Amino acid sequence: MLKLMIVDDSNIIRNKISRVDKKSIFRVVSSVSDGEQAVDEFVEKQPDVITMDLTMPKMDGLTCIKKILDLNSSARILVISALADKETAIDALALGARGFLCKPFTDKNLMATLEQVISN
Amino acid sequence: METKESLVFIDSVVSYFSHLDDRKVEVGTPFLRENDEPVQFDYIGLIAVTGVKSGQVYFTAPRAMLKHLLVSIGEADTGSDNMKDLVGEVANTISGNVRKLFGPDFKISVPRVIDPKKEKINLVDNLRSYVIPIYWKSYNSAVVINF
Repeated sequence: MLKLMIVDDSNIIRNKISRVDKKSIFRVVSSVSDGEQAVDEFVEKQPDVITMDLTMPKMDGLTCIKKILDLNSSARILVISALADKETAIDALALGARGFLCKPFTDKNLMATLEQVISN
Repeated sequence: METKESLVFIDSVVSYFSHLDDRKVEVGTPFLRENDEPVQFDYIGLIAVTGVKSGQVYFTAPRAMLKHLLVSIGEADTGSDNMKDLVGEVANTISGNVRKLFGPDFKISVPRVIDPKKEKINLVDNLRSYVIPIYWKSYNSAVVINF
């Protein structure tokens, strides 16, 4: 099983993503609502994969990606965001995110993208 | 609002509903509404936008529709906290998706949820908002653009 951490300020999105662990190789080890908590939880839980929202209170997703990759440059981060412009995706990937999935998304999209992030 | 901008918002609404199990959504004919009489249902999810456009975008829907939408996305908890979360998330998704047109200079805030029975929505007086009616199942809701 691969440890999955979910970072999103929406409870229903966190729940939606967490439901993947019932039918996949992923097990949710942490589910948090802002970037500050995400950095703390990353250190404690050492997840194999992270799903990361971008627009969040306290610390936005791009800042959080930088901080996590400063702690561990091989962290695998999948950005899941409503920000659908190419520039945002390019910025996230340039920072070191391994994938980008736009909201809204289906379970099938999510699984396929998570598997891509793992296989890369 | 230009036709091209209006179409991007409408596409974004249709795209949101296309990811639900019951994806049959109808978009009504958009209209202009005076800001002193805003379109509002039980909850409002409001996004402040700045940059290339400044103002607000909000999604407003009745509780019954939000409850039904929660079930449709597989959420077992259909309480009011999740209804508020959902109305904000829909507003966030629709606003974020229109950055395909406006680009990264179109900045959006985190959603703020308003219960119009308890709090007045503050729109700029003497202006009008662009209202896109949305019909899903037997429910009426709307996306309102105020910039």
